[in-house]
Amino acid sequence: MNMFMSDLLLRANNVSVKIDQTEILRDINLTLSRNEIVTVIGPNGAGKTTLVRTLLGLINPSSGAIHRLESLQIGYMPQKLSFDTTIPLTVGRFLSLVEKNKTVVSKALAEINITHLSDAPIQAISGGELQRVLLTRALLKTPDLLVLDEPVQGVDISGQTELYELIADIKDHYHCGILMISHDLHLVMAKTDKVVCLNQHICCQGHPENISNHPAYRELFGDHHTPSIAIYTHHHDHSHDLSGSVVNTTTHPTANND
Amino acid sequence: MIELLLLPIVAGLAIVTVAGPLGSFIIWRRMAYFGDALAHSALLGVALGLWLTINLAVAATVGCVLIGAMLTLLQRQHRLETDSLLGILSHTCLSLGLIAVSLVDNIHVDLMAFLFGDILSVTDEEVIGILACSLVIVVVLMLLWRPLLSITVDEELAKVEGLPVEYLRLTLMLLIALIIALSMKVVGVLLITSLLIIPAAAARNLAKSPETMAIFASVIGFIGLLLGLTASYYVDIPAGPAVVACCAVMFALSLLSHRSS
Repeated sequence: MNMFMSDLLLRANNVSVKIDQTEILRDINLTLSRNEIVTVIGPNGAGKTTLVRTLLGLINPSSGAIHRLESLQIGYMPQKLSFDTTIPLTVGRFLSLVEKNKTVVSKALAEINITHLSDAPIQAISGGELQRVLLTRALLKTPDLLVLDEPVQGVDISGQTELYELIADIKDHYHCGILMISHDLHLVMAKTDKVVCLNQHICCQGHPENISNHPAYRELFGDHHTPSIAIYTHHHDHSHDLSGSVVNTTTHPTANND
Repeated sequence: MIELLLLPIVAGLAIVTVAGPLGSFIIWRRMAYFGDALAHSALLGVALGLWLTINLAVAATVGCVLIGAMLTLLQRQHRLETDSLLGILSHTCLSLGLIAVSLVDNIHVDLMAFLFGDILSVTDEEVIGILACSLVIVVVLMLLWRPLLSITVDEELAKVEGLPVEYLRLTLMLLIALIIALSMKVVGVLLITSLLIIPAAAARNLAKSPETMAIFASVIGFIGLLLGLTASYYVDIPAGPAVVACCAVMFALSLLSHRSS
């Protein structure tokens, strides 16, 4: 876990995915490294989740190859997880499926601030709480790579900011790489090192402030909704803020808007 | 009474003990139809066993495993969902099994015994076989309990976390095939799934954790077994159905207790 080594965790080479003859992803080239936050953005149906599932090894690419670091430990927080009500399962027991040691589990619960949920049936907690439980589970594996599929989905704005700060802290603490899917560029950009703009193929990728000026990005997000000029300006403000500050400071991006 | 019922009780106890946790898995993984299909394929296996004059329990297990494997292969195509596939496999197996049994005409076959069980006629060797196999199932379940529970909660998460999901799923399928072949003698192919599901369903209403649900299911199954066998002895009703009916009564009671708590 040398901070100064930019260790490569995972590399996708010309990966394409076809499902029932339909091409979902085309010629994806992507690298993920330790201590790096990569955010995949793209419109609905761009293949974001398929990309993540392919990188995780849940879907086999129809061509191309994915190279993973040997014995790469992945923590995965899926977009949603539905729990069958037939299984009596508390949050604590759910977490103990990955970690036998009860002290470790309760420490992890405390770290994510959800100690009070430990004895709650997992089917009974709210969407936002479940996100945190899933994050806790992903962290119990002390991952080299943390994969988050739309982590803020269904979480309100203040909760989103909080969750993103938590994710940034996690990166600093675990020195892991983080791959995140987002449909919401607005908040993600403040903390991310690399944005990958996806629409079946990678339209562009790079540092957030470069991306938001990239013609491919503007085409993808600018043309879709008319009021996006306003949103775009917003993003522009953010990259401005960012250019003056370190990526993982805990300033609220919204607080710096004019 | 006790001399007559001792062997059936020992055999039944062994079976309901493993039926508790396995039935819980069947409920959690929504495999009730799968259990039915396996049970019906066990009948087909028995028919083939009669034909080839090999050990019927072995033949039944082989039948179950073959159908389980066939289902796994059929699941690779995505046009039909598993429930439809099971509907096809299950009743095809039942029909083929009944046809095959009727074709084996050189020996007398008590079809009713296969369909509804004949626990009172269980022999020493059968009891030993049942005990041995039950022990194997219990040991495997204890060794693989956590990973099996993990793939049951979410297969994808388990796979990402590095568990051999396919292998675990196959193991569970084999264990269920084995218990079904074993319990054919007790309740017969038509009632096997109920012996797996009803005690576990009753336990669901009382349990707070997966482990307690599995244990409660075994206990409820055992009470059902004792009540059923006793009723069968005194009232002269068929033993297998009596056991299942007693389990069903306990399921009804568990619903009441769940509501009142």
